[in-house]
Amino acid sequence: MATNVTQPGWVTVHGVRLEIVERGQGRPILWLHGEEGLDPGAPFLDLLAAHGSVLAPSHPGFGHSPDVASIDTVDDLSYLYLDLLAERNLRDVTVVGSSMGGWIAAEMAVKCSDRFSGLVLVAPLGIKVGDRETRDIPDIFALPPDEVTRLQYRDPARAAVDHGKLSDDQLTIIARNREATALYAWEPYFHNPKLRQWLHRIKLPTVLLWGADDRFVTAAYYGDAFRTAIPGARFETIPGAGHFPHIEEPAGLVERIGGFIGERKA
Amino acid sequence: MRAWFFSENAYHLLPDSKEYDSIRVKLPNRYYDPKIGADLYHRFIDEWKIAEDLGLEIMVNEHHQTATNLNPSAAVVMGALARDTRKARLLILGNPIANRREPVRVAEEMAMVDVYSRGRLECGFVRGVPYEMSAGNHRPTRMMDRFWEAHDLIVKAWTSHDGPFNWEGKYFHHRQVNIWPRPYQEPHPPIWITALSPSSARAVGERGYIVACFLTGFEGTKNVFDSYRERRAELKLSTPALDRFAYAALVYVGETDEEGYAGARKLMWYLESNKVPPQFTSPPGYHPTASAVNTMKGTNPGIFKMFQNPALGPLMEHGLVFAGNPDSVYRQILKMYDHVGGFGHLLIMGQAGFLDHDETVKGMQMFVREVYPRLKALA
Repeated sequence: MATNVTQPGWVTVHGVRLEIVERGQGRPILWLHGEEGLDPGAPFLDLLAAHGSVLAPSHPGFGHSPDVASIDTVDDLSYLYLDLLAERNLRDVTVVGSSMGGWIAAEMAVKCSDRFSGLVLVAPLGIKVGDRETRDIPDIFALPPDEVTRLQYRDPARAAVDHGKLSDDQLTIIARNREATALYAWEPYFHNPKLRQWLHRIKLPTVLLWGADDRFVTAAYYGDAFRTAIPGARFETIPGAGHFPHIEEPAGLVERIGGFIGERKA
Repeated sequence: MRAWFFSENAYHLLPDSKEYDSIRVKLPNRYYDPKIGADLYHRFIDEWKIAEDLGLEIMVNEHHQTATNLNPSAAVVMGALARDTRKARLLILGNPIANRREPVRVAEEMAMVDVYSRGRLECGFVRGVPYEMSAGNHRPTRMMDRFWEAHDLIVKAWTSHDGPFNWEGKYFHHRQVNIWPRPYQEPHPPIWITALSPSSARAVGERGYIVACFLTGFEGTKNVFDSYRERRAELKLSTPALDRFAYAALVYVGETDEEGYAGARKLMWYLESNKVPPQFTSPPGYHPTASAVNTMKGTNPGIFKMFQNPALGPLMEHGLVFAGNPDSVYRQILKMYDHVGGFGHLLIMGQAGFLDHDETVKGMQMFVREVYPRLKALA
């Protein structure tokens, strides 16, 4: 497997072409990005690669991964990545998903976790918690962009982007990531109404990691609902981080993931 | 050329726009007084009837969760007009079928209006404006797939007369489709489709429907009409007649240029009041990716900027507003007509905001008496 490659490569899973970052050596770690997309240059990926061989695909429609007409739900994505693990014949995989990626990881684990060694959910979305009039997850498609940033980042200044300094390719990726998020998460909004009732099927070692300053979906409300739905799941908070700890506290997040992987070494 | 009188049925008695950040989607309806609203509904229906008396055709549309348009159901207002009118063609432009959960219901409503009016319905289908993605909870991605599936299902429902058929598509499921009534017109009411881009114009051209452009100005309209004509030529289909092309503009005819401009300035309320934040104007996936990139770079074409800061001069220069004395208005329409290769329908946005009843009627009368005869002679 490739090591120290900064440029993403490509993988084809059951006919679906995906841009993928592969980095590091050792036991496999599948990183499933969230609605913010995959930044191949993120320091987080290098830190994670110290703990195993990282596979980080861009979901169809995100990054440079082409749209696929037949793929338009998180359910589809969960099967796609189960196929990826099977086609590579990977075993003992630590599956890590953040936000919408956590939703994908949970859907995978509910279906089949034979190839998993453990599950790490970083502020996952994907379940309905409150009643029908409770908006569990703020509506990113109806809020002013600044307000979305304020909710998702401990330090919103970190998310500030000067569009004038980005290339057309980088701007296109931002636009595609937003479009793909709408495709997968518009309705039902960032959740599968049925997922919560099946989370009990996850019998794996599971850790839920939550930014202590996540104002988007809070640890006390959304995080607690996830924890109680997965039998035996451990719950840890990451100080100094909002909804995307891999961006705001990469070292703190990877330390927790590394510790979790270490516990599972034979 | 045929002219259609169109009013958005706005509720214009709003607080100062500084008091709210969006006139669409989230403006609380406590600002709406149903008693005033009832008067407005009746006034607007009266104006459509006057349009018919003057010899104009009638157009209605629908929008949702907005003070700019109080017709959330075009079928309901057209039901009233179908009963209250006798000769005008009745155009709904249109049914936002990418946003309607039940295309079969649309087929039923349209068949009903067609029968009610004894075959005077012209049935438009539109994709729906970006602001209504939130209003209707409709996913803004892959909308045209959903649009065309809804269209196919509606046309099949209109044209199937031998009992139920089955429909298990990607977006819509009905196992027993068998609508009553069926349309009055055979095989079904004429279909109109709004297009803003050359690619959607090509799809409309293939089917030979009437393509309509709204406030797209000289170049945008020409691109759409040219694409329609080119696509038909590519497929070796018949050359489309002028009656396949429609253009919608804000139109006000006065006795003098000054009076015409004054009327047009009142019509511009429609553009000026359209205060909508970016999360509602650009839901992800609604506009092409390249246009989202241009928005981030601030390099979208000038026509977008004109909507953000509307002024009568530039709007007239770009062909979005036709206004002035009868000769001026005729010249302006003719210039557009010549530029885009001709069109057979002029859709007149002839009422908006604070343009009162008398002013609205006077604009119509002036148009019909002084301009319309010359336009009819065009085609």
